[in-house]
Amino acid sequence: MNDLWILMKSELVITLIIFILLFIKLSRGMKNESLLALTQILLLANFIIGFFFNKQGSLFGDMFYTTPLIVLQKNILNLGVYLISLLCSGWLKKTPHLPEFFMLMLSALLGMFFMISSGNLLMFYLSLELASIPVAAMANFDLEKKRSSEGAMKMILSSAFSSGILLFGISLIYGATGTISFAQLSSQLDGSPLQILAFVFLFAAFAFKLSVVPFHLWTADVYEGSPIAATSFLSVISKGAIAFVFISALYRVFQPLQETWYIMLVILAIATMVIGNLFALRQQNIKRFLAFSSIAQVGFILVAISSNDSAGISSVVYFILIYVFSNLAAFGVASVITDQTGKENIDDYKGLYKTNPFLTWILTLALFSLAGIPPTAGFFGKLFLISAGAAKANYGFIIVVVLNLVISLYYYLRIVRAMFMDKNEQPVEKIKVTAAGKFALILCAAGIVLVGLLSWIYDYIVMINK
Amino acid sequence: MMQPGLYHLLFISAALFFIGIYGFFTRRNLITMLMSIELILNSVNLNFIAFNKYLWPHKMDGLFFTVFIIAIAAAEAAVAIAIIINLYRSHNSIDVENAEELKY
Repeated sequence: MNDLWILMKSELVITLIIFILLFIKLSRGMKNESLLALTQILLLANFIIGFFFNKQGSLFGDMFYTTPLIVLQKNILNLGVYLISLLCSGWLKKTPHLPEFFMLMLSALLGMFFMISSGNLLMFYLSLELASIPVAAMANFDLEKKRSSEGAMKMILSSAFSSGILLFGISLIYGATGTISFAQLSSQLDGSPLQILAFVFLFAAFAFKLSVVPFHLWTADVYEGSPIAATSFLSVISKGAIAFVFISALYRVFQPLQETWYIMLVILAIATMVIGNLFALRQQNIKRFLAFSSIAQVGFILVAISSNDSAGISSVVYFILIYVFSNLAAFGVASVITDQTGKENIDDYKGLYKTNPFLTWILTLALFSLAGIPPTAGFFGKLFLISAGAAKANYGFIIVVVLNLVISLYYYLRIVRAMFMDKNEQPVEKIKVTAAGKFALILCAAGIVLVGLLSWIYDYIVMINK
Repeated sequence: MMQPGLYHLLFISAALFFIGIYGFFTRRNLITMLMSIELILNSVNLNFIAFNKYLWPHKMDGLFFTVFIIAIAAAEAAVAIAIIINLYRSHNSIDVENAEELKY
């Protein structure tokens, strides 16, 4: 009985926070400022509690299991949500339905936690839906804006369609093997044609959620239309959670089919990087630009996943940690500027250094880290991803990957050049950043530098991965 | 009278699945697209029931899965229809061709 409380600790704490917000909403309500401060404190407490009372074990007949690595993955997601609540405080203070927004966000986070811990296809499907339906509602949160409702419509339809495909795959797997539990599945799979077909359906559904290239078409539209808090949640937290689940599903459950998925991963990784990079080159809107850059980053994650050994898992977890800091720093700066001036185009960032040196330096650091330039952590993240992928000795593939890395430098540096060197008659005026926002931006910058320099972080991930 | 076998049911469910996909790709009305998704989900339900009855009668996983799919489909439709109503308020139409601000 005690196990239940300790093993499901992260989920229970999130549920508690959702109920606290619900009761505040139902009773008399609070001012947005004080409610936001309270939620930030609760999320920080949630992040800190994540480090204590951890245990390994499974519950409900193996439907739910947890290991130290899973606890670490949940902590990374907790950290990301806390940072979002600080970074987007400008927008959050103005929204008329603040408690609802956090309830939706935390329900999606709860779904992701269950998804990472799931040991059964039924549990996996339920938590995947819990992680994707509230996000569609979040995308529609700017109720009067046309773009927001269009983005939300695209999101809900494509996620419903992809879950239909996922379910068809699961039903075929059930027909072929007679079980839906992960532990029994891995011993039952033998690569018969029906199982391969079912696996392709499942793989397509994962690719939809992860926005891998032939299935990426919803990503940029949804990112551009949604309010920036929802965009950063989608691009960082939900990407990270799906990547964690994808890797554990491939390595633990579909290990017998690994020759099939290795080829699929190589082709999709190349397509994702090339198309993501090429489309990022021509974007004018900063949110859309970050959407395509995140598609390209997913391509690099797939490279590491294709390695099929423990270095693949630890490098992906390490990369997601860095990605949380660097992408949230970029979205944080974009959110501050959009919130105060309403400008979203890259042309408006010209000459930003003259008026807002602090924001410029943070954004530069974030873009350097996304591009993978040495002093920042992004370099080490990319290094481990690619060296994990190189373990298969498929060097032609690795050369294509590295060439894509070079292409991506161009469009990241284009923004840096616009900010530092281009002249602008009417640059963005001096922006006052809130204390919370400043604190979070500095936290992100410190994360970008330190996660790369402190070598024990990667060693720790490798150790608990054993 | 002939009892329907596993293959008959699988044929019907595969047909429903692809009719759903065809409808989703060709229809331009949002409500009809939502109905196509319901067709896909119901084909999956039929699949689970058929496999459960004919192949694995002692493992009830398929039956339970069906119950959950029905519940989740209702939840999904609720959120989707709320979003569509909001889209109708801003665009005065539920035709996807009119929601075309975000491109490329």
